[in-house]
Amino acid sequence: MTSLSYTRIAKDGIWDNNIIFAQALGLCPLLAVTSNASNGLGMGLASTAVLVASGALISVSRDIISPQVRIPVFILIIATLVTLVDLAMNAWVHDLYKVLGLFIPLIVTNCAVLGRAESFASRNSVLPAAFDGLMMGLGFTMVLVVLGAMREMLGTGTLFANAALLLGDWAAFLELTLIPDYKGFLLIILPPGGFMVLGFLLAGKRMIDRNAELKRAAAAEAEADEALFSATTA
Amino acid sequence: MNPPISGPYTHANTSVQRTMGLVLLALTPATLFGLYQFGWPAIFLFLTTVLAALLAEAFSLKIMGKPVKPFLMDGSALLTGWLLAMTLPPWAPWWVGVIGGLLAIIIGKQVFGGIGQNLFNPAMVARVALLISFPLEMTTFNAPVPLFSVHAPSFMDSLSIIFGHSTQIDSFSGATTLGHLKTELSRGVLIPEASAHTDSLWNLTIGINAGSLGETSALLILFGGLFLLYKRIISWHIPVSMLGTLALLASVFYLIDPNHYVSPLVHLMSGAAILGAFFIATDLVTSPVSIRGQLIFGAGCGALVYIIRTWAGYPEGVAFAVMLMNACTPLIDHYFKPRIYGRDRKGQPLNYSEEKDA
Repeated sequence: MTSLSYTRIAKDGIWDNNIIFAQALGLCPLLAVTSNASNGLGMGLASTAVLVASGALISVSRDIISPQVRIPVFILIIATLVTLVDLAMNAWVHDLYKVLGLFIPLIVTNCAVLGRAESFASRNSVLPAAFDGLMMGLGFTMVLVVLGAMREMLGTGTLFANAALLLGDWAAFLELTLIPDYKGFLLIILPPGGFMVLGFLLAGKRMIDRNAELKRAAAAEAEADEALFSATTA
Repeated sequence: MNPPISGPYTHANTSVQRTMGLVLLALTPATLFGLYQFGWPAIFLFLTTVLAALLAEAFSLKIMGKPVKPFLMDGSALLTGWLLAMTLPPWAPWWVGVIGGLLAIIIGKQVFGGIGQNLFNPAMVARVALLISFPLEMTTFNAPVPLFSVHAPSFMDSLSIIFGHSTQIDSFSGATTLGHLKTELSRGVLIPEASAHTDSLWNLTIGINAGSLGETSALLILFGGLFLLYKRIISWHIPVSMLGTLALLASVFYLIDPNHYVSPLVHLMSGAAILGAFFIATDLVTSPVSIRGQLIFGAGCGALVYIIRTWAGYPEGVAFAVMLMNACTPLIDHYFKPRIYGRDRKGQPLNYSEEKDA
């Protein structure tokens, strides 16, 4: 495991082993907060912060935690970090905190965080562990933002509404109203809509993967043909 | 087609296309009556919905790499769009029909793998999704204004009612019987008093009342349903147990307190009860296989319809009831299996040797 390259870690986190797309972990916050893109971004960044810090902390202390008690200790570390994020958000982005409210403390129970602690941070040194947390977090954030944006566009006809709450007043330019006088499509905002859009996103990811696979196979075949051809003519 | 080699089988010489064609034929009288009674706007909405369903089907088949023409011509998408249109308010705007058609085919049917694979009745998926998403458009009903009658909107006016913004629509609005009774009850008005302002039972039966596009005429739908029974497309079990349960529950509560509970005849003759019992709950894909399973399924639908109509927030509950029972169908099929030929109920082979010896 120590020979993992940083490119591999990055690729795993963002795409191949994406928390949502490949591992299907952390679906609860995913469906709960992605009724618009800004909430998704806020939740994603908060989770990323926790993932990076918990990865580093657990990696540092991995030699002094005995295997028998590792899970309570991991949870303790994660809970401490989530509490810090919770209080920080309450202090500095209070308006967003009011929107995300209940879901920030629940990052503790986001199985993706414990999953990374168990499967990566506790077996790797500090830098790869923190980097893995960052990449997993970014992959998670990406899905949250894409899903939130799609649900927001279909459901309310806007994009990045309330972005200023999250990023400060300079981000107000992000707030778009795509369809004026849109009556709203309530189903997409409700949880069933979250499942439906997630389902279509998963199908899209698999389609992209399959096309890439086919292209690679075709290229390999062409190469083999060429080798065979040159071998027979030689 | 080769005849089956063994077992007491026979081939019914039927096909998806024939089944769908007969169901469409059975729906035609009630549909034509609905289109006549609600005029051009209803005709436009009906065509839009059916067209959207067909286009969604063609599009889905294309991107899934399935042959488009044979699947499109089997009539199942046409039937889904048709049934959905029959349950829409007759003067709903065009986009309700379009979104409904797309939802029914794509979310309700094709994501599960196409015809025969869907868990829920596609038309009801779309209807419930529309009702939840667009409560205003989906509950604005209008009184009947038959084609060529004095108040009927002209062809051009109808175009603007369905495809544009119209100011006329308010002048014809009318509450459905179930909706009216529900509103009056919540205001504290007793049923006998509230019923004075609703359509007569005879009007409900033949269909001259406000309601969804093709649901108003209980008599014509019943006629179509009996035709399906005669043609053996459906069996009597689901319709009878569904309507029977609904009538039984309604009678019991009506006898206890006629001031607060709607009479069983109104329950049977209004809304989607008859259409649901004969055409929606009996969907071959989403209802149980065995006879006992079908009886339980129908009874569940009937009970849920009564519960939703009487105590829940919506005046009509057929779509919800059928979808809830669709969700139970795999469970019902698991616990109420028919006895396999040559085996007992537990699946053990029957033993005849002792009889032979004796």
